[in-house]
This record gives sequence, structure tokens and C-alpha cells, in this order.
Amino acid sequence: MSDPTTRPGVGKPRTGDTPTDQPAEGPAADGQPGQPGENPTGQPGDSPAQRRERSIGRLGDRKRARLDELARATADPGGVSLYRDALRRLRRNPVAIVGAVIVGLFVLVAIFAPLIAPHDPVQRFDELTRDLTVDSIPGATAGHPFGSDPLGRDFFSRMIHGSRQTLFVGVLATLIGLTLGVLLGAVAGAFGGWVDVVLMRLTDVMLALPSLLLAITLVAMASRSSQWTVIFAVAIVSVPIFARLLRGSMLAQRESDHVLAARALGVKERNIVLRHMLPNSLTAVIVQATLTFAVAILDAAALSFLGLGDPDINRAEWGLMLGVDGQRYFEVRPELAYYPALAIIVVALGFTLLGEAMREAIDPKNRR
Amino acid sequence: MTERTGPENEAATQRSATDDAATGRVGTDDAATGLPGTEAGTTTAPGDAGAGQGRPLIELRDVKVHFPIKSGLLFDRTVGYVYAVDGVSLSINAGETYGLVGESGCGKSTLGRGLLRLVEPTDGEIVFDGADVRALKGESMRKARRRMQMIFQDPLSSLDPRQSVESLLVEGLKAHGLADDKEATSRRLRDTLKAVGLPASALSKYPHEFSGGQRQRIGIARALVLDPDLIVADEPVSALDVSIQAQVLNLLEDLQNERGLTYLIIAHDLAVVRHIADTVGVMYLGGLVEEASSDDLYREPMHPYTRALMSAVPVPDPLVEDRRERILLAGDLPSPTNPPAGCRFHTRCPWAQPTRCADERPALRDVVGGHRVACHFAEDIAAGRLRPHDVAPELVRPDDGGAPGDTGELIPTL
Repeated sequence: MSDPTTRPGVGKPRTGDTPTDQPAEGPAADGQPGQPGENPTGQPGDSPAQRRERSIGRLGDRKRARLDELARATADPGGVSLYRDALRRLRRNPVAIVGAVIVGLFVLVAIFAPLIAPHDPVQRFDELTRDLTVDSIPGATAGHPFGSDPLGRDFFSRMIHGSRQTLFVGVLATLIGLTLGVLLGAVAGAFGGWVDVVLMRLTDVMLALPSLLLAITLVAMASRSSQWTVIFAVAIVSVPIFARLLRGSMLAQRESDHVLAARALGVKERNIVLRHMLPNSLTAVIVQATLTFAVAILDAAALSFLGLGDPDINRAEWGLMLGVDGQRYFEVRPELAYYPALAIIVVALGFTLLGEAMREAIDPKNRR
Repeated sequence: MTERTGPENEAATQRSATDDAATGRVGTDDAATGLPGTEAGTTTAPGDAGAGQGRPLIELRDVKVHFPIKSGLLFDRTVGYVYAVDGVSLSINAGETYGLVGESGCGKSTLGRGLLRLVEPTDGEIVFDGADVRALKGESMRKARRRMQMIFQDPLSSLDPRQSVESLLVEGLKAHGLADDKEATSRRLRDTLKAVGLPASALSKYPHEFSGGQRQRIGIARALVLDPDLIVADEPVSALDVSIQAQVLNLLEDLQNERGLTYLIIAHDLAVVRHIADTVGVMYLGGLVEEASSDDLYREPMHPYTRALMSAVPVPDPLVEDRRERILLAGDLPSPTNPPAGCRFHTRCPWAQPTRCADERPALRDVVGGHRVACHFAEDIAAGRLRPHDVAPELVRPDDGGAPGDTGELIPTL
């Protein structure tokens, strides 16, 4: 039991009241060195009280300045925000580095595809078509490291250009899915009540169907298949996942102490949702987006594989290459299937690794 | 009281040192000081609290907070209620500290939150500085929150991890339109930080960069920056190291002296409450069972439950500790979904009588000089006319997922 007489801190001097035990010296201190310095006008008429007042203020100021200086010197220049801290931990995680390297390479290849690819991806080469028959497709030759595709086009260049299409479909589908999902989830989580019930039953229905089946249905519903129907179908499939995730973590945030604290402060309900619940819930969604990206690439490839993808025969796309050419000519030249499949797997793996590492890094529990 | 040589005698001797301090306190008795609205700290003489004659800043009358238990697949059906707070009346004078104690689950935190309407009270009246808090709606309630602030138990989880200290402190000011002048705001933040013993350099840092005690200081600063009149502190030190606990409690006390704050301190630690509170209320199963000035309560607990609580506090003298009488409560704390009829405590009370206890709920009544007790036989127990007897322990039937609504049933074991 803590005894009030021995409480620490009760007799503790505060900045500013330390020198109060010096008044007795006050009058005598006049001629001492140091005193004229602060009293340049040398007014002898100063009462001891006034002088004491000045001395206290001065001592307090000096002490305060010294403390501040000390604080500046020892403290790190600024606070470490959640994201900066996460980034620091991300950089130390080998899994994150592997994922980031894969993703980085993939994005670079996609952006600079026309510069990297040795040939035009749609041009049919005479030297390749010459040897093209039903049961033989030319392999690697000089100038064509991966050989030919079934139409006599440079397979290597098509692989490189395929990354563009994959990135495009993946980014767009994820972004659309993320936006719609965040909207639905935020509305459900912020309003609750029957809005929440209606929206969540809707997502339940969508989640009840296997995602690929739902995507196939959506594509089949479109009158004319194009790359946009693929993007849209893949995006819609990911909406309920985002919505549920955001809604769930917003509900958890609603019960959290810091939201309660904000409410106790008198922060407006709208600001509580926008400044506390939503930002704190978004981290989970951002991580999910990285993982969804991998799924979107796979789903798009699956749709192409099933012949529901982009009908444009000239467009280089990994899923299409795997599904149409790879499947049809697997006996003749299995590389036509191997390379696109490998590319899809590696890229999806890269995004998954990065996503998992982000999930770990961003978790506030890991903060020291 | 004289014939009993129970724990209270020991408690009384042990208390003597503190009593001296307390009498010194009671001496200054300005009933009018520390009123809300007066400039904080200017008119309040340090330690004018404890006299019990101040104007009540906040009054609760028969406040109830019941949580519905919902069940059902498609349509939620209310199958019962958790009677978390079931009829509590108390008042806190301006500038005083009211300590609320009780074991976990007795509803003390819910009462604190209900008082601030962070959970909506089901019934009752809350009067803050003459205004009915429960009648306030939307925006006016939000505005009223400036004057009644809260300090939380877990300093880390109550601070948004993505906010810097500056943003944490400014948020409340902004919400009440007090952050318009940049210069003044910055000064206000620095002054508040200084008041809670943190350097100004803390402003740019984030909660995770501080120690537990420092975090709680940030939490206090956040409440303090709005210059409130009432602060509800929900277990303000129970998450902290013992050495830090004293610091934070002293800080709260100093701030009260400087600014004339009124506190409702919720704690389960009897020592903490004794240290800081002027008036102490003891809660059991959603109701107040005893209320008295801190000195009275610790010297002479009158309700059987309070006696049991007090006898659980160890005495730092091995001889006394070995000889003193301890009241061990038998059985489980009954479930608040299904509280016992009559006196809530009669299922575990060693003084329970065959008449009245099981069928008449005792009201909190003044027994001696401001000492309020909710027990039919308080006088008889205090005078020693009733002796404690054995209690057949009753256990709470565990919730085995059976039919909802019949959880918390008490099973007699003998």
C-alpha cells in the first residue's frame, strides 16, 4: 500500500520553483559577480522580490533551454510513423526483398517491353514460318531464343510483351475491385444496421459461388468478349472479399479503445469514421490488394485459358498463350505451355510474398 | 464497534498516519471554490476537497445500463439482459475525487462509460452542472463532452497508433473549435505537456515510442488539453508498474490541486482508491453497496461485502497478518444476466438472514454520518449483534451453449 507521506514526486521540485529557497541571499547578492550582468541598468531601487522574480525566470529559462537542447540531441529527429516503421521492417525481411525484386523486375519488363523485346510481337517471320508444320514448331534459333509460336511469331518477344497485358489486367482489376469493395465495406462498417445487413447478404451471395465460376458467368453474360470483360469480371469477383475485410476491421475498430477515446473527446462521428476507423482498417485491405493482384493474374489467365479471354489473336497474353497455343501444341512443343505458366507462377508468387511480408510489417503489434 | 477485534482495528492503526494528513485537509473548507466555470486553479485552494459540502458537479440518479442479449438466425430477438449497472445513485462534489471499487464485472467501468454516454444508459438521470446529460442530443452532447473527459486503462490501445502526440492532442481542440489560433494552440499543447511532465519534443513522436507511464501521461494530457471539469479515469494505473502507478496518481492529484478538477476514479485496487479518493463507493453486481468518505470506509467498512474486500488486503506486519480475521467469500459471483433476487449479495453473505435478504433489495441508506450502506442489517452487524455464519457456496452454471436465457443460474452445492 503506498503511503502518502513517502509518495515519490510530491516534494519534487518543478522547473521554476527551485530557487525559491534563496530569498535570504537576495539583498546581499547585489555586489556579487554575475549579478550586474543580468541587471545592466543597475537599478538599486529593485525590491528583493522583483529581483527574485527575475532570477527565477532566468534560471528557469536557462534550465529549460538546456533541457530542450538535451532533448534535441538525444531524441531522434522526429517520430517514426506507422508506415515509415513498416517500411523499415520490410527492408529487413528477406521474403519481402525476394518478392519486391520479382515484382520490380516484372514491372520494369512490362514498362520497357518494346525496348527489351528483340522483335515485334505480331510480326510473322519468314525464317520461322518456313519450318512450321502441324507437328513441328521451330525451337531456338539465332535471333529467336525461344523459337517460334504456332503462327511463326517470335515467342520470346511475345512473352515479354505478355507481361504488359498481365500487369494491365492485374492492376486494373485489382484497383476496380479495391475501389468498389472499399466503398461497400466502408458504408456497411460506418452505418451498420440494415445497410450493413443488406450489403453483407449481397456479398455472401457472391462469395457462395466459386470465384472462377462467377467470373465465367459474368464474362458469358457480356454480349461481346473483350479484355474489358475479363478485367471487369475479375474485379467483381474480388469485390466481396475487400468489402467483407474492410467491414470486419471497421467493426473491430468501432469497438476499439482509441475510437472510444475519440468519441469521448467529442470528435464528430464523420471524422471518427474518416480519420480513425477507415485509415486503421485500410492496412489490412492494402495487404489484401497485393494478394488479390496475384489472384487476378491467375483468374485472368484462367479465363483466357478457357477461351473466354480477349479474342484479339494478335494480343500477347500469358493466359491466352498457355491456354490456346500451349494446350493445342503441348505434344509438339511443350515450351509453349511451360514458359507462360512459369511466368504466371513466378509473378503471382512475387506478389504473394510481398503481400505476406507487408501484412507482417504493417501489423502494429510488431512495433516496439 | 468496540467489542469487535476484527480487521478494522488493525486498519485503523495502520491508517493513523494518513488520518493526520486528512484532518489537515478537511480544515480548509471553501464550499464555493472549484466550481465549474470558474477559472481553473485560480480560486481553488489546494486540497479543499473532502469536506463534503461542495456543490455537486455531477449527480447520478438510479442510473441503469442494461445490455440486451440478442439471439436468432435472421431476426435478432432479445432473449435477456445483462444488468451491468442496475440502479446507481451517487453525486460528486466539484473538486472532489470519487473512487469506485469493486471486483471485475461488477459494472464499475460500464457506469463510468454510461456517465459519459459512451454507452447509452437504459434509464436514470445524469445531471452535470445542473444540466440533464441524457436529454442532450447529437451536436449538443458532442459539445458537452469538452467538460467531461476520460482517461483509459490501457494507454497504448486508447491512443491511435498512426497519430503523433501533437495530432492526438490537437484532435480534441479541433473538434471543439479551439485550435484556430496556431500560436495559442502550440502554446497550449506545450503547457499541457509540461503539466503532465513530458518534454515538448514529445509532440512529434508516436505513442509506441513511449514507455507505459509516459503513454498514460499522454492520455492524461489529451483529456487535460480541453480544460475539462470532470475526468472519469477508468483504471488509470492498473496497466502500469507499481512504481509508475504512484507517479501517475500523484500527477492526477497535483493536477486536481492546480486546476480544481473533479475525478471519478474507477479501480479495483483498494490501495489506489484509498490513496486518491475523498469519497469511496463500493460496487457489487451492478449496484452500489456502500459509500462513505475514504477514511470512514477504510476504518469501518459496514457492508458485509466491503468487509470481505477489506479483509483481503494484506497487512505488512507478519504477526498481525497471521492473527487477523479474514472473510473468505464462498461461491461464484452471480451472473449479471440473472442477478439474485433481493439483496444481490445474499447468496454469498456470511451475515445473510432468513428474513428480508432474499426478497427485498436493500436501498442505499445513511447509517451513520454520511456513511451510506445498502444492507438491511448494517447496524446489527456493526454492533456485533449478528455473527457471521457459514455460507453454502453456490456456483454459476457454466454457459454450455444450451438454451439461451438460462445462463448464470446459481446451483446450490450443499
